[in-house]
Amino acid sequence: MKNPLDSLGQTVLIGFILAAVAHLLISAFSA
Amino acid sequence: MLVTHIWWEFAFRWLHIISGVMWIGLLWYFNFVQTPSMPKIPDEQKPAISKVIAPTALFWFRWGAMATIITGLILAGMSGYLLSAIKLGIGDHVGKNTAIGLGMWLGAIMWFNVWFIIWPNQKKALGIVQVAPEEKPKAARLAMLASRFNTMFSIPMLWMMVIQQNRGGAIF
Repeated sequence: MKNPLDSLGQTVLIGFILAAVAHLLISAFSA
Repeated sequence: MLVTHIWWEFAFRWLHIISGVMWIGLLWYFNFVQTPSMPKIPDEQKPAISKVIAPTALFWFRWGAMATIITGLILAGMSGYLLSAIKLGIGDHVGKNTAIGLGMWLGAIMWFNVWFIIWPNQKKALGIVQVAPEEKPKAARLAMLASRFNTMFSIPMLWMMVIQQNRGGAIF
């Protein structure tokens, strides 16, 4: 399987997904 | 003008941000400009990048990272959330401390990557230290992947850093 980090687009997309997931988790647990 | 605590805090926040711009700006230069452009550059012109531009960019890149983490830790200490952030705000129920703490941990991992993976391997790849010829491509690959990893982490890291400042983290 190709390493997703070989693609700059996939690298940035994964970064955004990580940010969104972390944000939702913090929102859920700090309420 | 009286130089109060709040002015020192501002000074360190400003230093932290300009150091971070130097660091992440060069990280994105490597990933968005230099690496994708290398295959398009004729072989006889490649030394301009590998012998001149990349070593200079790497100097400001790694010392930008160092200045960013030092000023960031001082800033967090001065602002009173360093320990809460290190433990990700767990037990404190302060969402903004969890956010800045996560940003700090992501930044710390990125700093470690710069100094202990990217820079040592770039030194081998660029010929700054002498290694066996078969080691060079391996070192270049490892440095590239660590740099890409940092680019990936830079997105949530900056999200968490900025959101903590956004109306005092009131979004949480």
